[in-house]
Amino acid sequence: MNTELTGVIVTFIITVLLAIPLGRYIAKVFAGERTLTDFMNPVEKFIYRVCGIDPQKEMNWKEFLKALLTINMLWFVYAFFMLLFQDKLPLNPDGNPAQTPDLAFNTAISFLVNCDLQHYSGESGLTYLTQLFVVTFLQFVSAATGIAALVGVFNALKAKTTNNLGNFWQIFIKTITRILLPISIIIAIIFIFNGMPSSFAGKDTIVTMQGDTVGVSRGPVAGMVAIKHLGTNGGGWFGANSAHPLENPNYFTSMIELIAQTVIPIAMLFAMGLYIKRKKFAYVIFGIMTIGMLCLLIPTMVSEISGSPAIAKLGVSQPTGAMEGKEVRFGPAASGYWSIITTVISTGSVNSMHDSSMPVSGLMQLLGMMINAFYGGCGVGILNYYIYIIIAVFISGLMVGRTPELMGHKVEAREVKIAAIVTLLSAFLIKGGAALAAYFVAHHGDMAWAVKPSAWLNNPSYHGFSEMLYEFTSANANNGSGFEGLGDNNIFWNVSTGFVLILARFLPIIGPVAIAGLLAKKKYVPESAGTLKTDSLTFGMMTMAVIIIINALSYFPALTLGPIAEALRGAH
Amino acid sequence: MKKYLLTSIKLTAVLLVLLAVLYPLFLSAVGKLARGNGNGETINVNGKIVGYANIGQKFTQDKYFWSRPSAVDYNAAGSAGSNKGPTNPDYLRAVQDRIDTFLVHNPGIKKEDIPAELVTASGSGLDPDLSPAGAKIQVKRIAAARHISEDKINTLVDEQTVRPLLGMFGPAKVNVLKLNVALDEIK
Amino acid sequence: MKASMFAPELVRPALKQSFIKLNPRSMFRNPVMFTVEIGTLVMLVVTLYSYTVKDATIGNFGYNLTIFIVLFLTLLFANFAEAIAEARGKAQADSLRKTREETPAKKVNLVGEIFTNEIEIVSSSRLQKGDFFVCDAGDIIPMDGEIVEGLATIDESAITGESAPVIREAGGDKSSVTGGTKVLSDHIKVRVTTEPGESFLDKMIALVEGASRQKTPNEIALTILLASFTLIFIIVCVTLKPFADYANTTISIAAFISLFVCLIPTTIGGLLSAIGIAGMDRALRANVITKSGKAVETAGDIDTLLLDKTGTITIGNRKATHFWPAKEIDSKSFIETCVLASVADETPEGKSIVELAANSNGSPKNIDEYKQVLLSKHTSPKFIEFTAETRSSGVDFENEKIRKGAFDAIRNQVTKAGHNIPQETEERVKAIASNGGTPLVVSKNNEVQGVIELQDIIKPGISERFERLRKMGVKTVMVTGDNPLTAKYIAEKAGVDDFIAEAKPEDKMNYIKQEQHTGKLVAMMGDGTNDAPALAQADVGVAMNSGTQAAKEAGNMVDLDNDPTKLIEIVEIGKQLLITRGTITTFSIANDVAKYFAIVPALFITSIPALQATNIMHLKSPESAILSAVIFNAIIIPMLIPLSLRGVSYKPIGASALLRRNLLIYGLGGIVAPFIGIKLIDMVLGVFM
Repeated sequence: MNTELTGVIVTFIITVLLAIPLGRYIAKVFAGERTLTDFMNPVEKFIYRVCGIDPQKEMNWKEFLKALLTINMLWFVYAFFMLLFQDKLPLNPDGNPAQTPDLAFNTAISFLVNCDLQHYSGESGLTYLTQLFVVTFLQFVSAATGIAALVGVFNALKAKTTNNLGNFWQIFIKTITRILLPISIIIAIIFIFNGMPSSFAGKDTIVTMQGDTVGVSRGPVAGMVAIKHLGTNGGGWFGANSAHPLENPNYFTSMIELIAQTVIPIAMLFAMGLYIKRKKFAYVIFGIMTIGMLCLLIPTMVSEISGSPAIAKLGVSQPTGAMEGKEVRFGPAASGYWSIITTVISTGSVNSMHDSSMPVSGLMQLLGMMINAFYGGCGVGILNYYIYIIIAVFISGLMVGRTPELMGHKVEAREVKIAAIVTLLSAFLIKGGAALAAYFVAHHGDMAWAVKPSAWLNNPSYHGFSEMLYEFTSANANNGSGFEGLGDNNIFWNVSTGFVLILARFLPIIGPVAIAGLLAKKKYVPESAGTLKTDSLTFGMMTMAVIIIINALSYFPALTLGPIAEALRGAH
Repeated sequence: MKKYLLTSIKLTAVLLVLLAVLYPLFLSAVGKLARGNGNGETINVNGKIVGYANIGQKFTQDKYFWSRPSAVDYNAAGSAGSNKGPTNPDYLRAVQDRIDTFLVHNPGIKKEDIPAELVTASGSGLDPDLSPAGAKIQVKRIAAARHISEDKINTLVDEQTVRPLLGMFGPAKVNVLKLNVALDEIK
Repeated sequence: MKASMFAPELVRPALKQSFIKLNPRSMFRNPVMFTVEIGTLVMLVVTLYSYTVKDATIGNFGYNLTIFIVLFLTLLFANFAEAIAEARGKAQADSLRKTREETPAKKVNLVGEIFTNEIEIVSSSRLQKGDFFVCDAGDIIPMDGEIVEGLATIDESAITGESAPVIREAGGDKSSVTGGTKVLSDHIKVRVTTEPGESFLDKMIALVEGASRQKTPNEIALTILLASFTLIFIIVCVTLKPFADYANTTISIAAFISLFVCLIPTTIGGLLSAIGIAGMDRALRANVITKSGKAVETAGDIDTLLLDKTGTITIGNRKATHFWPAKEIDSKSFIETCVLASVADETPEGKSIVELAANSNGSPKNIDEYKQVLLSKHTSPKFIEFTAETRSSGVDFENEKIRKGAFDAIRNQVTKAGHNIPQETEERVKAIASNGGTPLVVSKNNEVQGVIELQDIIKPGISERFERLRKMGVKTVMVTGDNPLTAKYIAEKAGVDDFIAEAKPEDKMNYIKQEQHTGKLVAMMGDGTNDAPALAQADVGVAMNSGTQAAKEAGNMVDLDNDPTKLIEIVEIGKQLLITRGTITTFSIANDVAKYFAIVPALFITSIPALQATNIMHLKSPESAILSAVIFNAIIIPMLIPLSLRGVSYKPIGASALLRRNLLIYGLGGIVAPFIGIKLIDMVLGVFM
């Protein structure tokens, strides 16, 4: 078998093999059992004392969400002003300018919500101070927010009847001190010894062998790239993200970055199985998610490795596959794998340019983000899947002649309403946003924005449509990758995607936490032979069917006009 | 909300110290132990920096191995791909032009032997590598320009080829900058 | 009773109702169909407009008119589904009600307390709650009520279909009479217990007719889900306009509306209320009056079923099966003693003892003769009735005193008189009890003569029914007054999961509460006044129609047949209701896949010819594709009416297997069926277009 394929397969296998012990570890951390990292105890105690936190105080779902939302709101205000005034603050060796208010609005939200849509290029759009104090900081805390929300839901699922989702502060702090920080340090050190910069030295200028004078942007990259992937953030130090040779120097670092972004979402599944004592439930979900991921991955890999039909027509050979927008050191196979991993797991980092992917790959990337629950982002992936479960439980409960219940709690109108709103929201934001953009391009091409609508699109026709659709899909999924040809640094895109980001982040967190909180309060109904087992393969397939149907129905027309039309035309 | 706000402010301050100060400072200290002291590894010829090992450079002269096309002209002050869609007619015309240019500079090479990487832009615009095939197809031109035997250059390419990770994972590659430095050293 | 589903007398009013229900105010209750109505109205305007104006976005008149008609039919079909379900339910209830409308009533006018009551013949509709009336043999009882004086045999066949007359008498648990039933003998005085128009039947009719029909919690949740699907498709259709502009494609209004109506779940939206009504109707067909739709739904969720042993698990009462004389007693004389002890015992047990004796020792004898023969051997019999103190009954002759009773009662009397209990009697008593039998000890002059064994006869087929319930996940609990040993034996033999022995009314209550505390839903059946609290406490309480008014008020269903096994049927009806809803929802949503493949290529094929590849059904033209989809969408509703009314059959094969089965039939079927249907319609249309 060729080395490009073995590289991909082994990367995935290693990820799962690492996720199993990591899941066990995470379950222990949140159960308060003894772990390797108990040396962090004094650090945590110090934090509790300084901040006046009582880690034992129980919170119901409303208190839990209030704490979560308050601190997130604070971070937004803080990040916005930091970006607005970054030119006047220290640690700006390259003399980069401040961000415009609309860009700062977009960037602050984007990193706050774990999306990392970047309407700027890291080399010129940020200073070292904002790279560390805004970007790196938010990459840690936004991932921890997602994980903490999920652990809150775990607590609700674990108990028969409870009001207590755990203490948000404690879960949040432990996520950082026990999971994100230690693992990030290990990963960053690996990166450093593979050629990733980590110093505070500014931009270098060199004369090349041929005598051209060029700049070389640098900075404390390694630490940021570690949490960028571990926390499924995806926002790169450099404009080209992980395609940049200093952000992803070789195949080994590429494997590490892939593993880093996949490992926590999978480990959270295993942790759930152990933590709520429903291992089979977790395994079935893992199986379904993996099948879903493979359904997106295989067509992508096939189309990338087969190469571009249009390039083939020009008569050159494509020995490894399509190479536009891809790096030689990764090759089309690993690039195709990355493009699916990064879209199913709301990371959004890229090691190849998705805008130049094959239409079929573009379709799969879009679907990965629309579904947003095949593994999914840190914590939030399972929360998204939970919403699909609620709908699946409801419909299949009816089909077996019992009012629907999930883990012994009746699913009634209120829960269905919340799940329906969350589901609706995605369709509304993605299609509404894309429709608005398409409207401006079609009818108001000359609007006097920083980039005129007529100049937004880097590609004509269906592919241009895909660029707009991709941007809103990415924003809604809190993904952050893009069809980067899109001219998105202007008030329309900064503001519209900013709002999409914030809604698509917090409603899908509030929804599942609220549902879990409401269900946990209800009386526990023991299982009987008439109860539908939610840990059965049958129910897993039912959930899969719900995922496919909801997304197909919501997005089929839009996808038809974008990647599907492009792919079909290419085939003719 | 208010009682949470005070906690939030304190917690944010503490975490900023931990995550935005201590964490990067520690890593930059670790970086001092790595090659290039955490500033990025450079390549020196006669004591003069000619480039960064991982950053590709533009080569247009016939006597050097050419790098791949770049959307940022190999200026690493920035980085980007072309972001051209696979069916974009303008893009396909540009690729056609690159093919024609390549054929002009490499007489005797058949079009169908040109690997696509040589006429397509990389994702970063800074791709430092070529596949071994992408290097070897240029050997004839370089041999002619430098008046060295093709065998010698082919051997050099083989020497400079980095095998897949552990011989099993990922593609083989040749670093163009290192290859050209080595090329200059051939007498 | 079994009228065909579409009998003309049902269809005619239903057709009329289909139009009446077009009133937006009533459509508003159903968000899915309400949006269809709006779409239809828009289409009407477009059609009229296109008659005068020629414009690409408007389309031609004939086509618009066709689309309008199909949409209008979609609305009518949905309304018809609801109307026919109502009509059926109403017809069922009417036939029950007809019997008691305008029957003459012998009203008792209370003229003060001193004067005698005056009897006036009035129409039954004039009777008020609290009024009294009398009935003699041959009278139809004009109104539901409670007997306050007298006893009568009553023919309840009009309500229950059972021809055997029943006895109703004042006081106790058998005092309730139902309007429309006929008094066969004797004279009773009855107090009216309901206001006119407020009997259970009246309430049920109102429920079916929709006047007081409220959506059940589950129906509300489903409506929310369907509404959100509808909203998704509103988004899909609205955003399609700018998308089409970008792609330089013109989409006509007719195409937009067609796409929208096809996508929203009209199938389940149109059938949802029909399914709910049909559930209540099915209950009514099983002769169960439900007080709310929710009760039927809850029945499907029942975890625990409390069943009275007598009448449900066992046939009526215990029967004597064996005589066990004590050691020195001659078998023949022991049997005679037993008969004498039971001569005056009119209980079924007592009768069965005489029967068994008459049939023992060779040829069967005439029972009455046999009794007389035996009695004649003795003089001046004085029959002793069973009392709570003595807990025994029997007969006193001049020089003989015969008693029959429970072991401990007889033991008391015997030991008091200074006699001993024979060893073998004690052993025999234990042996009988542990075999599920009931021992009755017989004494003569306070000396033990022997033991009569009474046995319960378990109904044939009952254990299979319990097995079926177990597969549904329902736990069965037997309630009996027997001692624990007997109860356990019968419980095992009948195959129930648990039992309550020596049950007092409060035991039932406690058991229900205890089950509910662990989160289970409990159903029970009861008739007596002392059952009322437990009936109220249970999640599904089925009162027997013969039971007291209090019991009927407390429960949420009334069983007209007084059939204790009815609970099992009710559980299945509840499950069927939910399953029908779930499967048709699934079917409806799965249909959309094919509709997308019909309509989306049709919308864009002219501007994006490459999309021909997605026209996998090879529909003839964009116009015929859209029309075929809309027509399919409309006619699937009437095609599914029979299924909605009959209900999807329930099979107790375990939840996962059932889900797989229904997903395969209604999910996969829902995907495949419209591909075939739309293609066929397109082929037919191809002939005309």
